[in-house]
Amino acid sequence: MERPAWAPQGIDISTPSVSRMYDFYLGGSHNFEVDREAARKAMEFMPGLPKVMQANRAFMRRAVKYAVSSGVNQFLDIGSGIPTFGNVHEVAQAADPEARIAYVDHDPVAVAHSQVVLEGNDRAVIAAADLRKPQEILEHPEVRGLLDLDKPVALLLVAVLHFIEDADEPYAAVAELREALAPGSLLVLTHASYEGIPLTQEVAGGTVGVYRTIRNPLVMRSRKEISRFFEGFEMVEPGLVAMPEWRPESAESLAQEDPFTYSGFAGVGRTA
Amino acid sequence: MSIPAQSSGAPDAEPDGPEGRLRRFATIWSRAIFPSTATSMTRPEFEEHLLPLARELSAILHARVFDAAPAHRVGAALVAAHCTDPDALSSTLGVVDSYLVLYCGGNGPVELSTEDSRARCARIQHLLAGGFTQALRERTLAEQEAIARSALTARSHAEQALHATEARFRAVFKDAAIGIGIADLEGNILEINDTLTRMFGGLENHVRSHKVNEWVHPEDSPHVWKYYDELVRGEREHYSVEKPYYRNDGTVLWTNLTVSLLRDAEGRPEYQLALMEDTTERRLLNLRLRYEATHDALTGLPNRTLFFERLEKALSPREGMRFGLCYLDLDGFKAINDSLGHAAGDRLLVEVADRLQSCATAPGEMVARLGGDEFVALTTGPDTEEEVHELAGRILSALATPVRLDGRELTVRGSVGIVEGPSGERTPAEVLRSADITMYRAKAAGGNRFALADAEADARAITRHGLTTALPTALDRGEFFIEYQPLVHLRDGSVHGAEALVRWCHPQHGVLGPDRFIPLAEHTGLIVPLGRWVLEESVRQANFWQERHTDGGPLRINVNLSPTQLHHPNLVAETVDVLERSGLEPGALCLEVTESALIGADDDLLKPLRQLAEMGVDIALDDFGTGYSNLANLRRLPVSVLKLDRSFTQGMQHHPADPVDLKIVEGIVSLAHSLDLAVTVEGVETGAQAEQLRQLGCDTAQGWYYARPGAPDRIHALVLADAV
Repeated sequence: MERPAWAPQGIDISTPSVSRMYDFYLGGSHNFEVDREAARKAMEFMPGLPKVMQANRAFMRRAVKYAVSSGVNQFLDIGSGIPTFGNVHEVAQAADPEARIAYVDHDPVAVAHSQVVLEGNDRAVIAAADLRKPQEILEHPEVRGLLDLDKPVALLLVAVLHFIEDADEPYAAVAELREALAPGSLLVLTHASYEGIPLTQEVAGGTVGVYRTIRNPLVMRSRKEISRFFEGFEMVEPGLVAMPEWRPESAESLAQEDPFTYSGFAGVGRTA
Repeated sequence: MSIPAQSSGAPDAEPDGPEGRLRRFATIWSRAIFPSTATSMTRPEFEEHLLPLARELSAILHARVFDAAPAHRVGAALVAAHCTDPDALSSTLGVVDSYLVLYCGGNGPVELSTEDSRARCARIQHLLAGGFTQALRERTLAEQEAIARSALTARSHAEQALHATEARFRAVFKDAAIGIGIADLEGNILEINDTLTRMFGGLENHVRSHKVNEWVHPEDSPHVWKYYDELVRGEREHYSVEKPYYRNDGTVLWTNLTVSLLRDAEGRPEYQLALMEDTTERRLLNLRLRYEATHDALTGLPNRTLFFERLEKALSPREGMRFGLCYLDLDGFKAINDSLGHAAGDRLLVEVADRLQSCATAPGEMVARLGGDEFVALTTGPDTEEEVHELAGRILSALATPVRLDGRELTVRGSVGIVEGPSGERTPAEVLRSADITMYRAKAAGGNRFALADAEADARAITRHGLTTALPTALDRGEFFIEYQPLVHLRDGSVHGAEALVRWCHPQHGVLGPDRFIPLAEHTGLIVPLGRWVLEESVRQANFWQERHTDGGPLRINVNLSPTQLHHPNLVAETVDVLERSGLEPGALCLEVTESALIGADDDLLKPLRQLAEMGVDIALDDFGTGYSNLANLRRLPVSVLKLDRSFTQGMQHHPADPVDLKIVEGIVSLAHSLDLAVTVEGVETGAQAEQLRQLGCDTAQGWYYARPGAPDRIHALVLADAV
């Protein structure tokens, strides 16, 4: 039975959270045994998952730096999860102390933790909202209070859209957010895919199965399907590519990448 | 952490100089541990990050006084740089063990023996590992603490929100104006609100002590418990019914009840939720309004509305079922009302109602008051053919005992019309009309009896009835027309005038004579507007003739006045008005009044006739000789013409005429002439008759011998013929 709108969401730390699993992949301890158990199961199928997460964060770091260097210093990071290290605000504010960051997540524990981490930073906020309801995000007082939507914003949908099933209309959600963005805004996106994983689909599918059992289905989309999220955006070079291939720091670093980091796609688009 | 002054990688460092060798060490170190770190730094950045740590290790190695403690800090710094994987430590120790002395051994101010260097290096590793482990442990504990705290915070936020929501819903539950109850699927009542308790009489225990399925009431609609079973089995999500309950004091609570099934998160049926609204008052009010709408206020008997409902039900087609209806009208009730007053009349009706009520007590029987002194008794069932006669008999004998009213005994009689038959053949209106007609037959036969409906009598009466109801619209639709029958001077055969005779061109029955509808018009009062129309039309026609035929002498017009018209207070005014508007001379109009209408006429009744006569209007006494001809009275009457009834002339149709008739007519003519009255004879059909009457001194005549009644242009033609 669906939870009615008026009933507050309960906190159940006996079920795994994808945010805390992500933290575990990155070597953090902001997680509970249920999260670690699920993450270890997923890693039985894809031992390189931590590499994927690291590549994801490395891409995000490069993309944030790119945004600041191209004059965008407002960030809307939806699905930000448990803040560990090398977060958007750290990277962005290191590059531009004036940079403002609004984090959005629907996991109450992630939100509570973010509040602690962001305490004292008056240019970074956390809003509890869901990507499936873009209007809630756009009208959230924390978001409205910090970001000026009349100026360009970098919208970060990093490793989040693959948790939105087609029935929840992820394309419509992205389009709705895009409509709210000023010209010159950026969409920074990564998305899981069977394409690029150095495993057979059957084996990688085991990981998908783990996420299904924890009721956070992982939706693997093809490159073509992922590129549709960029409708209405102009792709920034080099387009939609494997994560390490997006503006690598050096040819040398690219050569040393782990094969698992090629799982899924990353890209940046700009609104006209 | 102390960072040496020459610090971060001078790009121009000599590759083989101490700085270059330090960098080589940092490069080797970073390559070894980068794959096991979770940092988001790039490898070159990471190498830059390790360089100060490498420099510190080098410094420890070469210190004049060896102190390995700072290596502890280097281990901790690795954890701070997110090298939290155990592989990062073992790789680091491997690199330090293999390369620290090799690349940094000869860099310091103190020359160390190989043995010393190895010992120092080993000691550095011990402390580095200790520092790493301690930092990792602290970081892990801190992070666990932080996430647990966040989880707690989130949970307490959620609980607060839940508490606020719960408080709101608790308030809704507690203060709702409708009764709310929650029960499990076995019917155990778990929660009820105050409103519900109050509705049930105020004792919570009374409500809670019964399971939901024990609240059975005899007036439960049949499907209530079927719905209930379906709901608790999970086959139905909700249902709404009107349901009665017993309160703790035994009185009945009526509710509008809505029950919904509540499911758990997995969709399994869990609870049932009842919302109930107290409709007891509304229901009582409805019952009272319904009672008032269906019962007669005076007698308390069912009224016309309820009777028709029952009759309709009784007449709906049902195999083997029959009905019997007695339609009762009291004989002479109007006289009682008029003489004793309405209050006494009402008390009489109440007494009659009570007696009738006692006549129809069997199931399927009912008594109703239709209005006034009209009552009906209905019986239904398979055997009404016999029962209805018994019922009618009981009614008449119930009326036989005199009613005591204000100390006097009143004998009440009634006439009953009986209709009996099978269900499914006739409509309520047809049955009631038949009963009404039959009742009138009983009354016409002397009253105090019943009559049984028969189709033929019905048909006759129905035509009468049909004509009566069609009369008013007939006038509006112009269905009436006038024919004119010439009045002829016996002296010379010239046309003297004409009698206006009204006809009704009925859409179904064709042309009807006045005998068919004038009595009905008299009865309904329509005679007044109809008579006025006839007068207007005839006078207009006479005036038309007058204008065209001045040479043929003035043409007169005779118009009949019915008894009701005679009594009408506006007779004179209207007649004057009609004459004035048409411009016809009053002397050209003759109003015919029947002799019987003037029997016993007093001065009040004669006054308008006198007024008209004084104006010059002729008054003719119609059908003279048929009633009780009070010759003495004749001179009092303001009449100027006697119209001799056709019965006197019939004996003269053949030759030789009846001598007695001749004598009588001669006498009447002589009498009339001596009173200065003209004599007109009707029904002249032969030339011999006409001759006889002329010899007897009659003045004018009408009859088929001259002309049948016809259209106005026929008169026109006759007059022209005269003139020739």
